[in-house]
Amino acid sequence: MILDVEKFIRNRQRDWSRYETLLGVLEERGRKSLSLEEVVEFHGLYEKLGADLVRLKAAAFEPATRIYLESLLARGFGELHGSRRARFSWRTISNTVAEFARVVRRNSKSLGFCMALFLLGGVFGGLSLALDPDSKPTLMPFDHLLGSPNDRVDMEESLDPDHMDGAKSRFSAQLMTHNTRVAIFTLTLGITFGVGTCILIFYNGIIIGAVVVDYILAGESIFLTGWLLPHGSVEIPAILLAGQGGLIIARALLFARGRMSLMARLQDIRRDLVFLIGGIAVLLIWAGIVESFFSQYHYPVLPYSVKIAFGVVQLLAVFAYVLFFGRKGEKAEAVQ
Amino acid sequence: MNQPRFNALEIETPEGITFEYLLASPLVRCMALAIDYLTIATLFLIISALIEILGWISVDIATAFYIIFYFALSIGYFLILEFGWKGKTIGKKLFNLKVMDSRGFRLRLDQVVMRNLMRFVDSLPLFYCLGGVVSLINRRSQRLGDIIAGTVVVRAPDREIPKLSEISDTEYNSFSEHPRMEALLRERVSPIQAKIALQALQRRDSLEPTARIKLFADLAAHFKAVVVFPGDSADILTDEQYVKNCVESIFRGAK
Repeated sequence: MILDVEKFIRNRQRDWSRYETLLGVLEERGRKSLSLEEVVEFHGLYEKLGADLVRLKAAAFEPATRIYLESLLARGFGELHGSRRARFSWRTISNTVAEFARVVRRNSKSLGFCMALFLLGGVFGGLSLALDPDSKPTLMPFDHLLGSPNDRVDMEESLDPDHMDGAKSRFSAQLMTHNTRVAIFTLTLGITFGVGTCILIFYNGIIIGAVVVDYILAGESIFLTGWLLPHGSVEIPAILLAGQGGLIIARALLFARGRMSLMARLQDIRRDLVFLIGGIAVLLIWAGIVESFFSQYHYPVLPYSVKIAFGVVQLLAVFAYVLFFGRKGEKAEAVQ
Repeated sequence: MNQPRFNALEIETPEGITFEYLLASPLVRCMALAIDYLTIATLFLIISALIEILGWISVDIATAFYIIFYFALSIGYFLILEFGWKGKTIGKKLFNLKVMDSRGFRLRLDQVVMRNLMRFVDSLPLFYCLGGVVSLINRRSQRLGDIIAGTVVVRAPDREIPKLSEISDTEYNSFSEHPRMEALLRERVSPIQAKIALQALQRRDSLEPTARIKLFADLAAHFKAVVVFPGDSADILTDEQYVKNCVESIFRGAK
């Protein structure tokens, strides 16, 4: 049977227009903007539209009308089958804070692997520097780390208390943006089946290990702890968490997890990754503030005991947050 | 017969109805991206001028704002627009493109975040080389960010109900004087043959003159083989007019 397209459009046009009006309301103002009657009407019109499209495809060839109906059906399909929009509330924020910790715990194996890799890099960097001091420029190619630790300590301790005035905010912003970039890069390199992420984590371990051994061998352990701990107690965990994210991507790419398709596996991890990178960004913003406004001041301006105590408390807080925060919600989820 | 096109994304609803999205080519996406970066640069210049005013109070704070704003804008531009503007950015809007879930669903926040964070890798080593190469190879023209986020970029022009005047034809049809022959024609011509003839008529102005003459000669010969209209109404017609009359007769009588 061949369809008279002109007559067909004339007969059905009113329904299509009504459907498009309701669809517009749905797209602009969300599902709650429609009354129950309108929702029922919309669903009925959606089904009629599908039937019209099938009829048109089977019994006539009129590309403009077919494309028009397809676009209407596609928009309606997205609205009917897509998930609901997230609404802002204070509860959402508190849930988000707890969910970050839960995501870290849920993927603890990836984090454990990252920490092991980082430590391995640290041991490698430390041993390399201890056994071959000439390798210093290769292990940590940064101007401010190449000199003698003793000279650096003397210089830092003799600095005027106002030496950072007029540059603290800029330095802090540079640290925040640079470290967040590195963290995003470490996480997204998980797409290389985790190879890129592992290289970055291992390399960061090498640098830290070499710096630590360099200062310990020079007898400047207290300065080193007071210098690195206040911001490092947040910054290093943040980079390790970024590595964790990278390994989550790699795991989804490499392991089938039963019969799950790649698309389903990636869909399964996306929410976790967003929580992870959001939390990491917050940690790195804080680390940038601490490094610029606190870590750059040394004895006699700030006693090392204060700086170390601050760093230890902060490190314990990070551990406590990751290990215990949001446990209650986790148990409730498990019961359900 | 209804095989999806190589550059189309076919989606089947639970009711068994299929529809297609035309995928955006990497070249068009590249042009849209260039527009987006121009927009970001313009926004940056405008806001920089405002930040300079802040410099009168403190150069240090103004520089910090400058650094953070540049970073936030380069990531936030795509994030905010794609999530808040149904998968569109200014560049995409200009080229009638939009980002969507590869299953046809509404775009989710986690998808927008992931596809935009992956730009860090897609842009390696320079100018989106890696992402460009991957999208050229990928069946759905997805860059790495799209693969991780489960998204595609499609062409999304605004569609309106076709005007009836574009479809109907009010010219006199000499075949209408032979209703029995018209009925025979409708009975013997399959919907596929009718579709081909109708499409040929709709696209005739875009055909090469020689191709147009040959195409309508072939179609007229086919219809003449199916039903022979009496000489006085058929002999004086050109091949194209003959096909037009046949198509009009078929569709006028359709239910």
